[in-house]
Amino acid sequence: MSLYIFYFLAFLAVFSALMVVFSRNPIYSVLYLVITFFSVGGHYLLLSAEFLFAVHIIVYAGAIMVLFLYVIMLMNLNKESEAPKKTLYQFAAVISAGLLMMVVVGAVRGAEQAQIGLGANPALGTVKNLGSMLFNEFLLPFEVVSVLLLAAMVGAVMLGRNPLRTRRQSLKGAAQTRPSHAADVKDAPIENVKQLTNE
Amino acid sequence: MNDSVSQMIQQVPLNHYIWLSAALFVIGVLGVLYRRNAIVIFMCIELMLNAVNLLMVAFSAWHGTAAGQVFVFFVMAVAAAEVAVGLAILIVIYHNTGSTDINVLNKLKW
Repeated sequence: MSLYIFYFLAFLAVFSALMVVFSRNPIYSVLYLVITFFSVGGHYLLLSAEFLFAVHIIVYAGAIMVLFLYVIMLMNLNKESEAPKKTLYQFAAVISAGLLMMVVVGAVRGAEQAQIGLGANPALGTVKNLGSMLFNEFLLPFEVVSVLLLAAMVGAVMLGRNPLRTRRQSLKGAAQTRPSHAADVKDAPIENVKQLTNE
Repeated sequence: MNDSVSQMIQQVPLNHYIWLSAALFVIGVLGVLYRRNAIVIFMCIELMLNAVNLLMVAFSAWHGTAAGQVFVFFVMAVAAAEVAVGLAILIVIYHNTGSTDINVLNKLKW
């Protein structure tokens, strides 16, 4: 039974991953990517990693995909605006990916025949087990990851800031300290502000 | 009781998981090479990270230790950070150039 579930989920994952690559509209790519994430999450359930399944669904399907969708909607990319690459480049991409697949399959083929017992260790992926592991052996990486997330947050905020508006605000602050320029800066359009900052 | 439970446990060859992960990873590489839209390229990078995650969970289940699953957490955290910063960079690029086509960004090419 679970073997059939494995094959079904594997087929679903590979098919929707291919559709991510080959669908023209970015919105469809995102939706197929959600299907891929759910089927990978199904594999996690099959491998009795329940907590990881929950985290995977929350982080990927919940947070990252919403971020992608928001960016696509903000940029108004929900149309098939992308001109395809040249046919030569497309052939080159497909052939090099196929070569990579051949290398991986050739490397794996000689490996020993091992079997995974699905559901053999149901206590492996529980919150208790993972939590005790995370806070004993992996405590330092856990803390470093928090620093990494903080750095990513600061970086995203810094990049997402509107540079023109902050420049104008700093100019206003400067104008208040220098009253001689204050009159023409206060209601100046953006071009004038740009000129003033260049001076 | 124990026998019936162990009979219910089905064996999946580890190779199948390796092949599935390899296929997902290669599809991600193909997408990075094939597409020109930077957002879709980001999605394909997520696909590659997911393939590696799946492989780590499979090996963790095979070994019977949870260390692989803990590593998957760290990979997820790195992926989330990467997506946040990358999409912010993408928005800045879109404001500056008006498109997300990677062929516009050829200033670093020689």
